This record gives sequence, structure tokens and C-alpha cells, in this order.
Amino acid sequence: MRRTVDPNLVVGGLLCLGFLVLAALAPLLCPGDPAALGPAGLGLAAPGLDHVLGTDLLGRDVLCRLVHGARVSLLVGWVSVALALVLGTAVGLAAALGPGWLDPVLMRVTDGFLAFPRILLVLLLVSLARPSLVLVIAVLGLTGWMGLARLVRAEALSLRERAFVAAARGFGLPAWRVALVHVLPHLAPTLIVAASLRIGGAMLAEAFLGYLGLGAQDPQVSWGAMIQQGRGVLIEGWWLTAFPGLALTLAVLGYNLLGDGLRAVLDPRGREGGRG
Amino acid sequence: MPSWYVRRVLSSLLLVVVLASAVFFVVRLAPGDPLDRATAFDSLGDHERALMRERLGLDRPLAAQYASWLGGLVKGDPGWSLAQQRPVADIVGGAVGPTLLLTVTAYALHLLLAVGAALAMAARRGRPLEHAVRAAGLVAYALPTFWLGLLLILLGSRQLGWFPVGGMRAADAAFLPAGARMLDLLHHLALPAATLALGTFMGTARYLQAALDEAMGQDYILAARARGIPERTLLVRHALRNALLPVITLGGLHLPALIGGAVAVETVFGWPGMGRVTVEALWARDYPVIMATTVLAAAAVTAGSLAADLLYRRADPRVRMAGTERA
Repeated sequence: MRRTVDPNLVVGGLLCLGFLVLAALAPLLCPGDPAALGPAGLGLAAPGLDHVLGTDLLGRDVLCRLVHGARVSLLVGWVSVALALVLGTAVGLAAALGPGWLDPVLMRVTDGFLAFPRILLVLLLVSLARPSLVLVIAVLGLTGWMGLARLVRAEALSLRERAFVAAARGFGLPAWRVALVHVLPHLAPTLIVAASLRIGGAMLAEAFLGYLGLGAQDPQVSWGAMIQQGRGVLIEGWWLTAFPGLALTLAVLGYNLLGDGLRAVLDPRGREGGRG
Repeated sequence: MPSWYVRRVLSSLLLVVVLASAVFFVVRLAPGDPLDRATAFDSLGDHERALMRERLGLDRPLAAQYASWLGGLVKGDPGWSLAQQRPVADIVGGAVGPTLLLTVTAYALHLLLAVGAALAMAARRGRPLEHAVRAAGLVAYALPTFWLGLLLILLGSRQLGWFPVGGMRAADAAFLPAGARMLDLLHHLALPAATLALGTFMGTARYLQAALDEAMGQDYILAARARGIPERTLLVRHALRNALLPVITLGGLHLPALIGGAVAVETVFGWPGMGRVTVEALWARDYPVIMATTVLAAAAVTAGSLAADLLYRRADPRVRMAGTERA
């Protein structure tokens, strides 16, 4: 069989790497406060030689704000998915390997969370406190674990029937030890694929919250808040709307492609579909 | 032993009650009082605030408030809006119709797009067209719905002037004859529905394409092909019909994505539906309204998955057999 590298993996990997590098180098590329006003007298300016992607209503360089916005977007994407991953793995393992009464209870709770359209649950929870980056991350983590819990439970239930897990249980090892030492390592490929497919969704949700003014607040830069600023000058300041949305689309596309590519490599049976 | 159907319907009803209770307690047990958080009362002094609290019943024990809220919800009266000072039922009631119109239209478009994309991919397997459709689908999947809406407003409304910028009716719509009023409504509906459909169709297209591929490998297709039936007919008449069945019966499972997408679309286009009502209530921290729309959405999603379950069992006897031992 001829070995070829999956193009999804290459394109997705390059896009993700590109945005990570931009986010990491933001303070070097654009030193100073991204929220600071531009020079007096400079308002909205079209893309040109001085400002490649133009300036916003307050005379701030759009490219710089974009680069700083990548930090917020990626931070929310990674950390909220990590949080969801921990929660989902804990619930899934406890349901599959814990005491028998726990499984139906945890699965009913999971079904309950899944009965809300995610964005409404997110909006309800975000409205309960002052908007901030930490709140956005916590809420996206708290509303993103259900699919992962179901996935982990299904995998763990099938692993439970395998000889090496049965042996570990037979030795009288406590359930948490069987779960963490003997079952969890075998879930790693599935979890990596599932997590990478969810980062894009979290970034989209963060941007929408930013658009509504419920996300990260100044001086932090949210791509969604940048798009909101362009709402009033859709024609005259099209670059305010166009570029942050384009950056977000490319970043999300990158993580979706990376997830698809990783699945082809790590989890060829491919049970895990899309984001959810 | 009640039948499976009765148990399934009852457990869905119970689930909605549990979810409504969860929403109530999450909102009320979070730090801060709904009245203090609601922006409508920022200017009130302590004394007026206490009077308002008494009038709204917020000084009663939480359990009593819960009982009367849940009772009101069952009777279709989910309380009093803090920001608009009118019954929540009036606000939400007026928004259900527009959201239904938007989501149903968008879902019809979603199915058309998905069938078109899947047929194009299946008919041109391995050719440039398949790759182009697949790539376009990946991009559609990554597009932020609210941004796509803004782009369509920028191009379709502002630049080309083909569509209205937002809202559901022209200012003079009430004076138009019925036919023209209908056209005006469709004119306003076009961009929002297209945005919602474009943001959600790709999952269905991918599923359909895989199902078409599988169906085209079946013996009945082979037999039909041996009889000399052209490929195109095989694909559209024979394979598509079987591939589409689960898509239609499981349509209810799309409700979370459609309702979620509608929140973004309604906000961007100023469409006077549930999503917009929710977002506006959110800015004002108008909890009675937020709670009502959240519970209504959860009820709709639960009803959708119930409908999918029931239809799927009717359509496919194998599920009926397999499902009997499962609670």
C-alpha cells in the first residue's frame, strides 16, 4: 500500500500552526496595548501601505487587533475544550466503570444537558455573572462535555469486556484505578480526535458571545467584538467586518481539517462524527 | 405494562419539567437577586426596590416562588417581564410564529442544498466537481453564522440592493394587499433563511453522500443496473429514496442546530423571533423572559427527538424489534 500524507492533516496542521505562531508572537509583532487609541485625527482608514488591513473607528490597526484577537480565540478554544474533555472523560468513565446505579443517573444528566440548544444554555449561564474571558471559558467547558462523555462511556464499556481490564478488576483493583491506569490510555486516540474537532465550535461560540458584547472585555480583543464594531459601517468600513470573520473562518477550518486528518491516522474506524 | 410509546411520551414530559426546574434554580441560586441584576431597575432606590420585590413576589420563600412559576408555566403564563413590564407570554407568544417561519423555511432549503450537494458528489465521484463541492462544504461548516449573515447583508442588501437590510416586514406592509404582503414577507425572509440553511446543511450532505455510496453498492442497485437502467435514474430514483428516509424521519434531531443558528440569524437580521427576544432579554438581564425562551427551546428539542424516535420506529421495523428490551 502506498503511504500518502492526508491533505486534510497538512492543510489543517499548517493553518493551526500558523495561528498559534501569530498568537504566540503577538506582543513582538504588535508591541503595546492593542486597545490603545490610534494617533489623534486618525479614524476609520481603508487598507493601505501604513495599515495593511486598515484601521478601526478609533484609529487602531486592524491587523494588530487581529493578531491579539487570535490569542483570545485560541485560548478559549483550547482551554474550554480541555475543561470539557476532563468533565466528559470523568463522567464517561464513572458511568461505564463505576457502581451500577451511577450509569443511568449520569446518562440522564447528559441527556438533560443535550436537550438545550447549546447556545441558549451558554447565553443563560453567561448572563448570570459579569462578562469576562474566564466566564466564557468556564461556560463553554460546562456546556461542551456531553458528546465526549457518551463517547468515553461507549469506548470504556467495550474495553471493560476485554481480558486485560477484566483481569485488573479481578485482582480487586479499585474502580478508579482500573479506569485511570488501564482504560484511559486506550482512549487517547479517540479523545485527541474528538477534542480537536470541538475546538472550532468553541471558537465560533466565543466569537458570537464577543459579537453580543458578552465575551472578553476591553482591553482584551475578541474577533466577534471586532465584527460587532463593523456592523454600523458595513459598506464604508467593510474591512472591519471582513477580516476578523475571515480569520475566524480560517482558524475554525484549520481545526476541523486537523481533526478529520487526525481521525484518518489515529481512529480509522471513525465513529466520532463532526462537532456536537 | 404501558406500551413503549406511552412510556416514551411520559418520560419526555417529565424531562421537560425537570429541565424547567433546573433553569429556575440555576437562575435563582446564582449570586445576586434577579431584580438587582436587571438593568431596568438601575435607577431605583432601596425602598422602591423593596416595594417592587414585594409586588413581583420575590420576597416569598423560594419554594413558593418555584411552585407558582412552574404552575404558571404549565398554564401558559411564565411570569412578568422586568424590562418591558408586560406578560412574558405576550412577548414570547409573538415571537414563536416568526421563528417557526424562519426555521421551517431554512430546513426546507437545508434539505434541498444537502440533496443537491450529495447527488453532485455521488454522481461525479473522484472528479473535480466532487472535490469542489466537498471543499465548499468544509468552508460552509467553518463559517460563523452571524458573520455569514453580515456578509449577505453587505452584498445582497447594501451593495446590490436586492434584499431589505433586516426586519420581517416593510414599514408600509400593513397597507398592502394580501398578495403583495406575502411577497414582502418572502422578500424579507430570503436572506435569513438562506443564512441559516447554509450554516447547517453540510452535516446532512455528508451523511446523505455516505448513505448514497452505501446504497449504490447494494444488490438491488446491481440488479437494476443489470436491467439497463441508466446510472442517473439509479441514483435519483432508487438510491436517493432509501438514503433520504432516515434523513426525513430523523429531521427532528436538527432542531438544536436550527434553533441555535436562529439565535445568531435573528440577531443579525433583526428578525422578530425567539432568538432576538432572548438576546434582547439577555442585555437587559430580564430573567423571566430568558427562562421562558430557554425552557421553550428545551421543550422543542425534546419534542423533536421524541418525534424522530417515533417516526424512525414506524419507518424501520428492525428498530422496533431491537428497541423493545431497551428501557
